[in-house]
Parts: sequence; C-alpha cells; structure tokens
Amino acid sequence: MKIHLKVWRQKGPEDKGCMEDHTLDDVSSEMSFLEMMDVLNQKLIKEGHDPVTFDHDCREGICGSCSMVINGDPHGPQKATTTCQLHMRAFKDGETIYVEPWKAKAFPVIKDLMVDRSSFDRIQAAGGYVSVSTGNAPDANAIAIPKLTSDEAFLSATCIGCGACVAACKNASAMLFVSAKVSHLDLLPQGQEETHLRTQRMVAQMDEEGFGACTNTGSCSAACPKEIKLENIARMNRRYTGSQIKSS
Amino acid sequence: MNFDSHSPTGPIETSWERHKFDINLVNPSNKRKFDIIVVGTGLAGASASATLAELGYKVKSFTFHDSPRRAHSIAAQGGINAAKNYQNDGDSVKRLFYDTVKGGDFRSRESNVYRLSQVSNEIIDQCVAQGVPFARDYGGLLTNRSFGGAQVSRTFYARGQTGQQLLLGAYSAMMRQVDKGNIELHTRREMMDLVTINDQARGITVRNLVTGEIESHSAHAVLLASGGYGNVFYLSTNAKNSNCSALWRAHQKGAAFANPCYTQIHPTCIPVSGEYQSKLTLMSESLRNDGRVWVPEDKSDKRHPSEISDAQRDYYLERVYPSFGNLAPRDVASRQAKYRIDEGRGVGKTEKAVYLDFRDAITRLGENTIKERYGNLFQMYQKITGENPYKQPMRIYPAVHYTMGGLWVDYNLQSTIPGLHVLGEANFSDHGANRLGASALMQGLADGYFVIPATLGHYLASHSLQDVSLSHEAFKQSQEDVKQRLSAMLSNKGSKTVDEFHRELGLIMWEHVGMSRNAEGLKTAITQIQKLREEYEHQVLIPGDENFKNDELEKAARVQDFLELGELMALDALKREESCGGHFREEYQTADGEALRNDEEFCHSAAFTYDKGTGKASWTRHEEKLEFENVKLSTRSYK
Ligand SMILES: Cc1cc2nc3c(=O)[nH]c(=O)nc-3n(C[C@H](O)[C@H](O)[C@H](O)COP(=O)(O)OP(=O)(O)OC[C@H]3O[C@@H](n4cnc5c(N)ncnc54)[C@H](O)[C@@H]3O)c2cc1C
Ligand code: FES
Repeated sequence: MKIHLKVWRQKGPEDKGCMEDHTLDDVSSEMSFLEMMDVLNQKLIKEGHDPVTFDHDCREGICGSCSMVINGDPHGPQKATTTCQLHMRAFKDGETIYVEPWKAKAFPVIKDLMVDRSSFDRIQAAGGYVSVSTGNAPDANAIAIPKLTSDEAFLSATCIGCGACVAACKNASAMLFVSAKVSHLDLLPQGQEETHLRTQRMVAQMDEEGFGACTNTGSCSAACPKEIKLENIARMNRRYTGSQIKSS
Repeated sequence: MNFDSHSPTGPIETSWERHKFDINLVNPSNKRKFDIIVVGTGLAGASASATLAELGYKVKSFTFHDSPRRAHSIAAQGGINAAKNYQNDGDSVKRLFYDTVKGGDFRSRESNVYRLSQVSNEIIDQCVAQGVPFARDYGGLLTNRSFGGAQVSRTFYARGQTGQQLLLGAYSAMMRQVDKGNIELHTRREMMDLVTINDQARGITVRNLVTGEIESHSAHAVLLASGGYGNVFYLSTNAKNSNCSALWRAHQKGAAFANPCYTQIHPTCIPVSGEYQSKLTLMSESLRNDGRVWVPEDKSDKRHPSEISDAQRDYYLERVYPSFGNLAPRDVASRQAKYRIDEGRGVGKTEKAVYLDFRDAITRLGENTIKERYGNLFQMYQKITGENPYKQPMRIYPAVHYTMGGLWVDYNLQSTIPGLHVLGEANFSDHGANRLGASALMQGLADGYFVIPATLGHYLASHSLQDVSLSHEAFKQSQEDVKQRLSAMLSNKGSKTVDEFHRELGLIMWEHVGMSRNAEGLKTAITQIQKLREEYEHQVLIPGDENFKNDELEKAARVQDFLELGELMALDALKREESCGGHFREEYQTADGEALRNDEEFCHSAAFTYDKGTGKASWTRHEEKLEFENVKLSTRSYK
C-alpha cells in the first residue's frame, strides 16, 4: 500500500516544531505501525536525514513506551490497542496519516514524538506502594481475598502508564492514571492501612506536576489501551473526600 | 583466574542458612556509608535496589528506559514458580530443585539451584504483601497453573501479565525508597563502561540519552541487572532495546562470560510474516496447559485445520512424550517442531509453523474460562495475525527467547571482578543449559530480594574500600575512551545502516548458532561474523551527532558489542562437543534425535575471559567443574 505521512518534527524542547510530509510506496498491510515507522526511518537515514525519534520497546502492548497521536487519537483508531499493536491493515491504501506526540504541559517534548513522562514516576513515589520491606511478609495464603475483589484490583493494576489518558483529555488530566493506581491498592486488604494518606499525597503530587482538572468527559477511558474503567475515578474521589474529612 | 564457586560444603538443605551465618555483616549504622550502583530496574534490579535501600545502603539506580517500570521484565506473561505445595500435589523445595537441575540438563550448580528453590516461597509472600494481584480461586486463596518440565502445579500467575504485576510490585517498593531519599534514580542513562580501581569495581560511565552528556558515577560496589542478550539474533521475543552492552563492557574489563552459547529457543511464538519484521511475539508456555500441538499426518494435506479430523492429525508431543505431553520442556518441544517442519509438515502460508489448538479445551471448559485464563494472549495473537484463535488454531514457531549464559558469578553472585555483582538474566547461575518456564522471574526476584542483600554485605565488610573521587584518573580515562569510541563510530560515513548490520548478524546466528548447530556451521559463523565486524568498522552509517538524543548512535554501540558476543557464542558452541539442553550439536544425538551429553568431558561450565591488549577480539577458555551430589547425573527423559 501507499501511505502519506504527516509527522511532527521537533528538534528539542525549545524548538517550535512543525509537520513534515513523507510518502512510503511499499507498505505491507501485515506491518505494525511501528514497523512502518522503521521503514520510514531507514529511508531517512539512507537519504542523509535525521530519523524520527519515538519511544518504543516491548512492541507487545505492555511496557507503555510507545505513544503516538495518530490521526488525532492517542494510539490511533483501534479500541484497546497500543500504537505498537496497531497494524497497517487498519488503514486504507493511499491514506494520509497524521502522527504527533502526546501533548500536555506535564509531558514536555524531548524530541519529535518522544515526551518526558517522569511526572508519572514522581506521582508513584508519592505513596503508590504498600509499606512492606522485604522479609516482613506473612504467608501468602494467610489472608484470603475474595476472587472478585482481587480480579477488580487486577483490572486497575493493568494500567501500563503510557499516558494516553492525559493525551486524550482536553484538560490534560491524569485522573485515570492516578485513580487506577489508588484503586488497585485501595481494593486490597494489604493497601488499606495507608489508603487515606496515599490518596491525598498522590493527588497533591498530580496537581503539582501541572496536570489539569477532571471534568468527567470520559475520553481518557475511551482512549485507554487497557480499558481502565472510569469507576476508578469515582472510587478515588470518594476516597479523597473521605480522607479530607478524616484529616480535618 | 579463580573459578571457585565459594559454595558452602555440607548438607545442601542447610547450606544457605549456614552461609548467611558464616559471612560478615555490615553494622546497620554503617550501611549508609556505602554507595551501591545498580544498573537495571527489571525484576532483578528493582528488587535489589528496593531491598538494599530498605537496609540502609545509599543506592543509585540506572536504566536506559524513561521509567523503571518499562524494563523488559514487564513483558513476562505466564507466571512464576514456587514450591509452596498449595495444591497438595507432592511439591516441595526438593522437587523444585530436582526439576530445575534436570530441566537444565545437569549443567547448573547444585548449591545455587537449591537456594533458589528455598527462597521461592518467600518471594510469593513478599509479592502478595506488596499487593500483587495473583490469580485466586473462589475461596479467595491463590491458585496455580502448570508449566513445562514439571509434573506438579506450582506456577503463580496474574492472567497473562505476571511479569507486569511483579515488576509493578518491585517498582513500587523501589519508588517508596526514592520517596524516602534512599535511592537516587537515573533514568534514560546508558552504562557505557565499568570503572575499576585497584582491580575493584568502583563506578560506571554513562551516557545521558537525552543530552548526550557523558557522566561518571562512583560507588563501593556495582550491581549489574541488565537482562539477557537474546537480541544478538536480531529477531527474538525480547524487547527491542534489550542488549548485551552492560555485560560486554564489564567483560572487556575482566569479568568472565560463562556458557554464552546456552540459548533458549521458545517453541510457541508467532511466526515471522515478512522482511520488515522487527521482533517476534511470544505466546506464553502456559497456553500448553490447554492447547494441543499438532501438524497434519500427511504432508500433502493443505486443508483448513477445521477440515482435518483427529485421525488425520499428529499430536506429536503427546505421541513422543506420553508422560509430559504438551508440557514437554522448551528445548525439547522446539526441536520437535523443527523436525516436523523439516519433514515438510509445516502449516500456514510459509509452512514454517505448527498448530496450537484450543478446540478441545473450549469444548470442555467453555470460551469464557479460556478467555479468563489467556484473554490478553488471544487478543495479542489476533491483533498481530488478524486471525481469531477461539475459532481456528494458532500458528506458532520457535523463536529465540532467553539466554541462560551470562557473566560468571560465584555463590555470592560476585563476578570475577571484586565488587561487581551480577543478578537476574544477566548472570549465568541457575538454569544450566535450559531454563524451565516461570523460573526466570523467580530467579530475578530471588537474586534481588533475598540473595544479594545478604551476600553484598559480606563483600563490603571484608574489604577495605577507600572512598574514591570522580576526579580519579580511572574515571577520566573511562570518559575519554567512551567519547572516543562514539566519535569514531560517528565519523565514518558508510552506506549501511545499523539495522542492516544487525539483521545480517541475526541471520548468521539463527542459521548456524540457533536451534541446531554443527562444527562446520559454527566455523562458518565465526568467519562470517569477523568479516561483518570488519565491514561494520568502516561501513556503518550513523546520522546525527553525539551531543544530543541520537537513537541510531545508541543502537550502533549496542550492535558493535553484539558483533563480538556473536563470535564468542559460536566459539563456545564449537568447543562444547556434546548436546545439552538448548545447545544441540547435530553430531551428538541419540538414535531418536534427543540431546546426547558427554559427562566425561563436559560436566563443567565454560567461562571465557577477554584477552586484553591483543588488538582484536580473542578469548581464553576456563572451566568450573560441576559436581552432582544430590541429584544423580542421568539421562534426561520426558517420555
Ligand atoms: C515475552 C517474554 C515473556 C516471558 N515470560 C516469562 C514468564 O512467564 N516467566 C518467567 O519466569 N520468565 C519469563 N520471561 C523471562 C523473564 O521475563 C526475563 O528473564 C526477566 O524478566 C529478566 O529480568 P531482569 O531483571 O534480569 O532484566 P530486564 O527486565 O531485562 O531488565 C534489564 C534492565 O537493565 C537496564 N539496562 C540494560 N542495559 C543497560 C545499560 N547499559 N545501561 C543502563 N541500563 C541498562 C534496562 O533499562 C532494564 O531496566 C519472559 C521473557 C520474555 C521475552
Ligand atoms: S512498545 Fe511497549 S507498549 Fe508499545
């Protein structure tokens, strides 16, 4: 297939950046989107140009590295699919595809399509854990956890930290990410002890990083490649309000 | 050079306890005086960083990823073993030990494997305490699945995302210490060199991948947890950026590399679809709990699988290995797939695949149960192939997956360089010539949570380690070397891209150092790799410059190291004139095509040291003899 690309190029954080046009004549429908980008990069290098920089690693939809806004949608047109899992069969021969980076104040561009998501790590450091040092654990079967509870916690824990939720939100809010983490631990007995403090601190860090407010449009969950549910946000809000009351 | 394993003598059941009592300790208030560098934040690195920081050490963690959570461990699917015996099916520490030694085809060190089996249970406890949501049954207790090479059900799992959940657990423990100021986290930094002073590991030189800056970091000890080197084959199930460079830089500085040729080819991966292919995707071994592997009886039978009746199918694993069936170990199952394809019975367009069929399991258990167990894997398969595995069998083919070889370490996980310790897939320690499924996660976490926190103290307490400053000549020299190496690479404007070289290397490796090997092919590989390396020095084309984010330059340095490692793998495979586990030499096989070991001459680990100052890559081979006192050396059979 023939594919026309309009790709965001930006030399560094200070550069203004612009879209650049490229055409690839020989794209196979079996290729993944990133393999198509590889083909573009090989071509650029051979022609003496700088290849397009983008984050990627596992190429299986689990590490959360890949992060492209494709035709306006974070991770492209397919539901529950990361950029690396998207295949060219999802596009038409002759189609023009727009490729851009995540855009959010808290995710500054490093180069081209690569952004800095270290704000997520700082949120995690602000309480996204159970305080149990190695060696202190009781037998794993000492407490039974109802299967449904555990499954629910698992579903929140499958967040890959890619940031598509932020990229999809008109306010660049990180509520879905933070609430997924909070919910995972809040649902489990192990996480109960610190749940109020954890929620407060993680929310405070999120605000400090410059993420926007949540206005409940739900575009985050719709864009999430792991289908993290909006209920997480409601659960966190309840917990947050509860923790405010508790600490006042 | 000394290849004494420093394993405790005496009864193996109490070795680890006695060893912990016998070794020296660092007083709690002295721990904060020690800086420890940890390279890597996968399961091994994150668990080590967290635990050492909890103990009071000052830890500096490095990863080339943008976040610790993205390490390749995140992609592990199937599960993690432990000898809990929650299923009451006769499991025990001893049985896990036995299975692992046998699974490794009697080429691992008994003392290490026994310890691994012992701490396996504590790992599960620790992970559950952190909030890892392992699968549970309706009574609320933990449930298990089976993996290859075992006749008990001892694998703990979180759907097909076990690695993700375990890594998020270790990562959160690590971030807790970042929060407390006990870990200094350095992301998007690539280790480019190991710095030794008085022959001790005292620091590293790294490249800041965003700015291109070369930085020095000092410490009292250095831990490498940088993962495996399967990407020497270009196509593998490893994440795209996994590489051997941290190991290779240490190897060039004196750390011996053990059993480089022991490579695991995983039987169930999605086959290659075209030349642009950038990586291969694993379909977890856990699928063989419910999936049945087959090819058509008749090689001219090209009908759709649904039209081929049971009588016209050859469920060859069940036929050849009646007691393990579809759960035969990986090396064995891969070889059998290769035999079927060599017979001309491969399926699919390329005829380089066999079927993994869930029809019977779906009939027996219903589609929902199968979805519950493997939903994300089925979805992954469908996304890549465009085919629905609930309706038609998966097509699978073996692919490079894991490397059992790595830097040589003793019982304390110390390499041949004092102060340099190696953890996780990066070391060679526990899996011998073949790793059993679900035991890499176990080993990474055993090393990081339980082994190194005990043994590192012994090193620190028994050596006098003066503080070193970054202005020391050794740091300056190392920076200089790194800069020179990078600018030399950049200055030659050749005509072939790094990827083109890497693909070429991969083809040589797969052809001659892959699933089956012979002397002639290995010699050919060595010559071809040497030629390719020479061409690389002059012909590689790298755009951009070094003082900036430059992906091609990062890849170029890694591929340069792969080009030496590939030769060493072929050399090791050539010298090991026997077949064992994943190392299959065509000249050494039984009448029915099984691996034929030679215990007389090869019951040892081969450790290679890099000859310095010869101006070209060459190695000296050493041996660490393996003694089997607790498991009887016997022919490995799964029939
Ligand atoms: C697809 C797949 C599925 C698997 N499934 C299972 C399973 O179900 N069960 C099982 O037991 N095993 C499984 N394995 C194997 C297992 O996942 C790995 O062996 C294990 O996770 C390796 O962990 P590690 O901590 O040693 O290294 P990794 O997780 O590979 O981490 C390496 C770390 O080192 C860093 N690093 C490397 N080099 C440098 C450098 N030069 N400078 C700075 N940082 C560096 C990286 O950034 C990363 O943080 C699977 C493997 C694959 C490929
Ligand atoms: S590259 Fe890992 S999720 Fe896409």
